[in-house]
Amino acid sequence: MSFPLLTATAALPAVGAIATAAVPAARRTAAKWLALLVSLGTLVLGAIQLVRFEPGGARYQLTESHAWIADFGVRYELGVDGIGVALIALTALLMPFVILAGWHDADPLETHNSRWRPTQGFFALILAVEAMVILSFEATDVFLFYILFEAMLIPMYFLIGGFGDRAHAGGDEAAATQRSYAAVKFLLYNLVGGLIMLAAVIGLYVVAGTFSLSEIAAARANGSLDMATNTERLLFLGFFFAFAVKAPLWPLHTWLPNAMGEATAPVAVLITAVVDKVGTFAMLRFCLQLFPEASKWATPVILVLALISIVYGALLAVGQRDIKRLIAYASISHFGFIILGIFAMTTQGQSGATLYMVNHGISTAALMLVAGFLISRRGSRLISDYGGVQKVAPVLAGTFLIGGLATLSLPGLAPFVSEFLVLVGVFSAYPVVGIIATVGIVLAALYVLVLYQRTMTGPVKESVRGMPDLKVRELAVVVPLIALLVFLGVYPKPLTEIINPAVQHTMSDVQKHDPKPQVEAVK
Amino acid sequence: MENLIALLVAAPLLGAVVLLCGGRRLDRIGHLLGTVLAAASFVIGAVLFVDMLGKGAEERTFTQHLFSWVPVEGFQADVGFQLDQLSMTFVLLISGVGTLIHIYSIGYMEHDERRRRFFGYLNLFVAAMLLLVIADNYLLLYVGWEGVGLASYLLIGFWQHKPSAATAAKKAFLVNRVGDMGLSIAIMLMFTTFGTFAFGSVLPSATDASEGKLTAIGLMLLLAACGKSAQVPLQSWLGDAMEGPTPVSALIHAATMVTAGVYLIVRSGVIFNAAPDAQTAVTVVGAVTLLFGAIVGCAKDDIKKALAGSTMSQIGYMILAAGLGPIGYVFAIMHLVTHGFFKAGLFLGAGSVMHGMNDEVDMRKYGALRKYMPITFATFGLGYLAIIGFPGLSGFFSKDKIIEAAFAKGGTEGWILGGVALLGAAITAFYMTRVMLMTFFGEKRWENDADGNQPHPHESPRSMTIPMIVLAFGSVFAGGIFGVGDRFLKWLEPVTGHAEGDSPVSAMTVTAATMVVLVIGVGIAWAVYGRRPVPAVAPRGSLLTRAARRDLLQDDFNHVVLVRGGEHLTRSLVYVDHTLVDGVVNGTAASVGGLSGRLRKLQNGYARTYAVSMFGGAAIIIAATLLMRAV
Amino acid sequence: MNPVNYLYLASLLFTIGAAGVLIRRNAIVVFMCVELMLNACNLAFVAFSRMHGNLDGQIIAFFTMVVAAAEVVVGLAIIVSLFRARHSASVDDASLMKL
Repeated sequence: MSFPLLTATAALPAVGAIATAAVPAARRTAAKWLALLVSLGTLVLGAIQLVRFEPGGARYQLTESHAWIADFGVRYELGVDGIGVALIALTALLMPFVILAGWHDADPLETHNSRWRPTQGFFALILAVEAMVILSFEATDVFLFYILFEAMLIPMYFLIGGFGDRAHAGGDEAAATQRSYAAVKFLLYNLVGGLIMLAAVIGLYVVAGTFSLSEIAAARANGSLDMATNTERLLFLGFFFAFAVKAPLWPLHTWLPNAMGEATAPVAVLITAVVDKVGTFAMLRFCLQLFPEASKWATPVILVLALISIVYGALLAVGQRDIKRLIAYASISHFGFIILGIFAMTTQGQSGATLYMVNHGISTAALMLVAGFLISRRGSRLISDYGGVQKVAPVLAGTFLIGGLATLSLPGLAPFVSEFLVLVGVFSAYPVVGIIATVGIVLAALYVLVLYQRTMTGPVKESVRGMPDLKVRELAVVVPLIALLVFLGVYPKPLTEIINPAVQHTMSDVQKHDPKPQVEAVK
Repeated sequence: MENLIALLVAAPLLGAVVLLCGGRRLDRIGHLLGTVLAAASFVIGAVLFVDMLGKGAEERTFTQHLFSWVPVEGFQADVGFQLDQLSMTFVLLISGVGTLIHIYSIGYMEHDERRRRFFGYLNLFVAAMLLLVIADNYLLLYVGWEGVGLASYLLIGFWQHKPSAATAAKKAFLVNRVGDMGLSIAIMLMFTTFGTFAFGSVLPSATDASEGKLTAIGLMLLLAACGKSAQVPLQSWLGDAMEGPTPVSALIHAATMVTAGVYLIVRSGVIFNAAPDAQTAVTVVGAVTLLFGAIVGCAKDDIKKALAGSTMSQIGYMILAAGLGPIGYVFAIMHLVTHGFFKAGLFLGAGSVMHGMNDEVDMRKYGALRKYMPITFATFGLGYLAIIGFPGLSGFFSKDKIIEAAFAKGGTEGWILGGVALLGAAITAFYMTRVMLMTFFGEKRWENDADGNQPHPHESPRSMTIPMIVLAFGSVFAGGIFGVGDRFLKWLEPVTGHAEGDSPVSAMTVTAATMVVLVIGVGIAWAVYGRRPVPAVAPRGSLLTRAARRDLLQDDFNHVVLVRGGEHLTRSLVYVDHTLVDGVVNGTAASVGGLSGRLRKLQNGYARTYAVSMFGGAAIIIAATLLMRAV
Repeated sequence: MNPVNYLYLASLLFTIGAAGVLIRRNAIVVFMCVELMLNACNLAFVAFSRMHGNLDGQIIAFFTMVVAAAEVVVGLAIIVSLFRARHSASVDDASLMKL
């Protein structure tokens, strides 16, 4: 038996989480370093996965399979395709930066007693989320995936509710109220989604007699599994609802601005760049693969909702007064693009959507973490409290601008490639939808530049005078992310090579072909 | 030799990266490094140019394929370059004028503490602009297209501690983005029509596509060109863009970037040739902007804004020519190059004047400067003569050709376009004479600046005057070199194609008419601003003058409809999101809470109550069982 | 005699017991009523056993008696300790679980 690489990639952060939680109260710094080391180790394992993965090989690779709950046919079954491996790499990559950025976010306040160990808890929870997210990208058993999908809510709940942003206008009391509101909202929203999904999971078992993706695919191929149209549609809706809450798709999005606004910046990154990706990933992996016909049936409605997400999210971002909520609404707009790409059901659209997941993770992390550094300096999330920061902290302003430019998909930076692929993919199948979605790129420029102008330019405000520029630790977070954005913007080939075969598999699942061009052009 | 093409972009790009990431250590040599790298680009361009001249017309297209950029099934986007005569013309213009302006900026920005960064941005601009013109496919062109937009954003807002500069920068980027939307839709249309967007595939097979598709592509390309080249209805950003340092206005907002729209249309000429409706739209946009810019240019008292109006108008000429099809392409590019010389020279002259006048921009506070700034006066004067089309100078050759081509369009259309072009020439003569007279002639109207410093007009340092002199040479001779013996026509024809139109009036008549309107324009300007002293405070003026001062109310329209309307829209959407969308969610939560609060009352703690519900439940189950059995 | 008559008696006893449980407040009486219901069930079981001609019902009746005995032990102990604590055997007084 070969080395269980996939299990190891998820197990390392899980064990690391327990170890971090067990560090004694006084050895706070040791806990931080331990968490950082574990996340770096996971990154190494993720990189090994990338290397070992053969783009031309079988659909699912590095597979592992063990009996688990035999009575219900539940198996511990793992395997990665190109999309999974890319997202695992993203998750593993972002974690060290999240940990580094949140280095002081959970330091105990002086009022706490000495046996209180928030720091250990904070980093242990982050590692726990990482373990569950990675495993959910690897799971090829529907039940296993469902359990992880739900279980990751628990650490996220505590991360949002327990370690909120200390910068709050209304003082500690108001902050605590807002925080617990946001955490409960996050939990309830996602639980409702998960509950509906559970019904669909059980329904799937009743229909198919197994939870295993590969077995269901085989049964479909040899004709022994023939779902009735209505059954398939209902099951699809059950799955899709849960993923649409997680993604989040309009009108199920309202938990995200609260959660991202109240959480600390690194946790906000965790939410939008990592955990939410499970939703869009699952749409590709489960909705399209298990219910191809129902997916096509639902496409028109989903495209419209995604379009609304794009325009609505962007317009609301323009209207925000709070930096973090602005970024949250921008993310909603971007998730609209991802979902649009997935359901356009063209090669370019799906490749673009997958790339988008990775690129959006990196670009939002860059923007959000710099925003977090900015907020921690002034202690306010309100845009109006800033002005002229560029003059006092040019490096901070510069990195903020680059993060913003990535968010507005400037060519040369990674998000442009994915956004354009999505647009082309959508346009070739649904021209009108594609054109409306293009409006999103103008609105993106609007909210990014308005944010930059109000915070960074103009006369220096009294309140930001003397604000220190980025420190070494903060530069270590931002610079690699920016370098990566540039690299993937200029040379995305390594990523597209891994993604392309997976996209072809999905396309054959839904039995769709790209529309042919009108004219056979000379080559 | 062809492998040098990538270096054209790489040199300034390297400069941008080093200067922007290098930190304070480079402050002392940053400007030199930036200038040397821009010059390196020019040298490479010149070497390639010489190489190209040595080849026959058929072999003059150089290509270089670097790597596959976005390899996705059915979607081939490469990083590859194509250098033909058209691109070459641009490369020389961009790197040449770019280098001169780098040199000029050494003096102009000498006292700015962020000079290193300024040069980094300038290098970034040169790199992006070169990428734009040497890309071999539309997607890579798009990268350059947005890249110059970014550089323009950074440079307009270079003095970003001024809120007006920051706002102008944002406005420029946003308006450009609207145009970019057009370009991206055009590329998507190309992809669905041809399955590719490489020049080498799309352009040769363009005629196979349906006219409807080609018209759509053409209109979208026109939208893109309107954004970048400040054509009506997306022209509003150019005037505000003058908030940037003057070398920026000269390089980006006069000589190079704003002409990218012309490049795009000429490059896509095959598509437009097959889509007459799109062509008509192009000529209409060109003609309207030509007059619009000229009228605005007449009313502005800010020297840079007057010149910006003029830029708009001159690009209108180019767009008009490009819209005429094969009869106009060559002349559009020729005017573009000569305009690059004289307009850059004029802006540098304006910068030199401002440099000597404590950064005063209001022409009403100038006057009589010719004695104090002889070199500036001479170079500015030559640029002035070139732009109004004084016989023998650059503008005479290029603009005259465009007016001829407009008439040659034939039919009523030809008469209208030709008439507009002639009218534009007259207004050009008027407003440029006005600028000239208000700045260099008449009485001193100098005022102390805000800090109470008295202006001491003086000639600028040599690093500033030399570029002005070189550009003045270009303004004088470029037209002659290009025009005599149709050299420029023969050079570009293999790429753009050329057709002689069927003109209802002879070339001589057109030239004569141009001369007549020129004299009229200059004469009126002299009558108004030369014979009488210029009032230091602007008179109220006619309704048209007041509208022209406000950019013919276009900004007011934008403000009321887009800005205000947008604010209301977002504000109401925020409200809707909070009360309606979130309200439904919170309402559901609240009603569940309310319901459970009521249900809780059933749990009163009396064992009997529970027993009743137990008995009741059992009774119902039994009854149901019996009932089912009975049925 | 027709065994169905025993079923009528059993349901009568059960109803009396159920009514007692619901209406009376004295824990001892409630308890006795529960016993009455159990015994009504026993009677029904035995009657069914007779009607079907097998012993299943009688066996279950024995089970019920054992369970009832055990229940009496636990139940009486609770009632006695409750009485000691509150000096009342009323079931309504023992409503501490109410929110």
